[in-house]
Amino acid sequence: MDEIKLSAHALNLYFGNKKILKNINIDFPKNQVTSLIGPSGCGKSTLLRSFNRMHDLSPDARIEGTLKLDELDIYDQKNSVTEIRKRIGMVFQKPNPLPKTIYENLSYALNIHKFPKNEIPQLVESALKESYLWEEVKDELKKPAVKLSGGQQQRLCIARTVVLRPEVILMDEPCSALDPISSHKIEELIMILKKNYTIVIVTHNMQQAQRISDKVGFMYLGELVEFDTADNIFKNPANELTKNYVGGHFG
Amino acid sequence: MSIKKREKTDWVLKQLFKATGLVTIGLLGGIFIMLIYNSIAFFANISPIDFFTGAQWDPGSAKGNYSILPLLASTGLVALGSMLIAVPLGIFTAAFLSEFAPSKLQAVLKPIIEMLAAIPSVAIGFLGIVLVGPGIAKIFGIQNGLNALNGSILLAVMALPTIVTISEDAINAVPKSYREASLALGANKWETLFKVTLPAALPGLIAAVMLGLGRALGETMTVLMATGNASAIPRGFLDSVRTITATIAIEMGEVPYRTTHYFALFAIAAVLFLITLSINLLGEFFANRLRKFHA
Repeated sequence: MDEIKLSAHALNLYFGNKKILKNINIDFPKNQVTSLIGPSGCGKSTLLRSFNRMHDLSPDARIEGTLKLDELDIYDQKNSVTEIRKRIGMVFQKPNPLPKTIYENLSYALNIHKFPKNEIPQLVESALKESYLWEEVKDELKKPAVKLSGGQQQRLCIARTVVLRPEVILMDEPCSALDPISSHKIEELIMILKKNYTIVIVTHNMQQAQRISDKVGFMYLGELVEFDTADNIFKNPANELTKNYVGGHFG
Repeated sequence: MSIKKREKTDWVLKQLFKATGLVTIGLLGGIFIMLIYNSIAFFANISPIDFFTGAQWDPGSAKGNYSILPLLASTGLVALGSMLIAVPLGIFTAAFLSEFAPSKLQAVLKPIIEMLAAIPSVAIGFLGIVLVGPGIAKIFGIQNGLNALNGSILLAVMALPTIVTISEDAINAVPKSYREASLALGANKWETLFKVTLPAALPGLIAAVMLGLGRALGETMTVLMATGNASAIPRGFLDSVRTITATIAIEMGEVPYRTTHYFALFAIAAVLFLITLSINLLGEFFANRLRKFHA
């Protein structure tokens, strides 16, 4: 049986009076890639953002249910949200480097979390190497990060997340703003990163989900319709809706 | 017939709008030419060296001392003081409004701050005479509270709406994705504000300060009422001062027409005009950079 790293139990999420997530129960296995798929507006990104408490920013969001990182209750007010976000990193849909240099984009979080000053350059370098960006940027670490290409920026955002050594990395359609070659590089990177990190990725790209996922969850209208291994979801779906969606009949 | 007529209306309106635009430019140019023209008449009598280096403004004396320095120092001191108060206050208010205030509080606070701009400067001058000035006298144990500090406090109140409004726009214009990036890395709201949002908004904040400063430098009635009007080079914030604007307002009514004294007032006005113009241009420059930055 897989070891469970991250889980949601009986999760309901409302924006105002509108119920966005309906009784979601899902377990993400450790050091695997789990994809969330489904048509736009089905709640995939909303579910993803529940795990690092990004909904704290929206005053009208209300959450019921239990979300856990190992045995830690993510929404227990005793637990520090900054500590949780350090352990659960996030990569966004559009590359969003900070308006700082390449180096500062990585050192920023290290400084915030009070890593010893003398270790920071080494940590920055190894995170960039791990994200396969080091060779491309090692001579221009002082350049503004926005000067990088879109694909490089997204790998920088991954490096920026990796530098904190999180346990989980949430990725919200990380390739949707990128060209196919850059997307391919990110996919390769994901396959390598899963050895050390638990990865949850939202994607619209069926081929991508098929290539990189160990497990796949199919969501529709705020419900988790089916959750199974990638093989089963794509080749042998149990639910009629899933079958129609992965077959390209709607969505 | 109707097409011809419409084209003609079109042409007339076009010329009309062009003319109104040109009037504004013409006014600015006209004021500038008037100031320079009368200043030249002044410098024909008094050397620019005496004007910029002397230590006294005393047109009444037999010799006639026309040095802008005490006035310039007064204007500079009062404006500097007002910015020392208004800049931190304004920027933090703006940051609070856009990042921390619940939307209901925001809806109340914003119009109130903007309403500050609607208070006539004479009324603010009264405030200085009956409240702030005596308060300063009491706190510092001095006879007279009508001094540079008094002026600075009042001008800070007047510059505040400009600084808050423009700073808030600048902070709001910082893309949400920057904040999300910072928060998702485990930074708290304060770290995000000071290390990401405010630095990203910096060009706009500079523009806000410049425009606020322009307001403080040009203000006349408040400083005339509240700063004591002693035309000597001030030694500190507790000295009475007399700004360029107050000097012109006080003396213009009594000066004999087309005398050196009369022209001298135009010369100091020209200096002030050049200072505020360059500060406004600088503010515009930074505001434009902000627009490009977030394009």
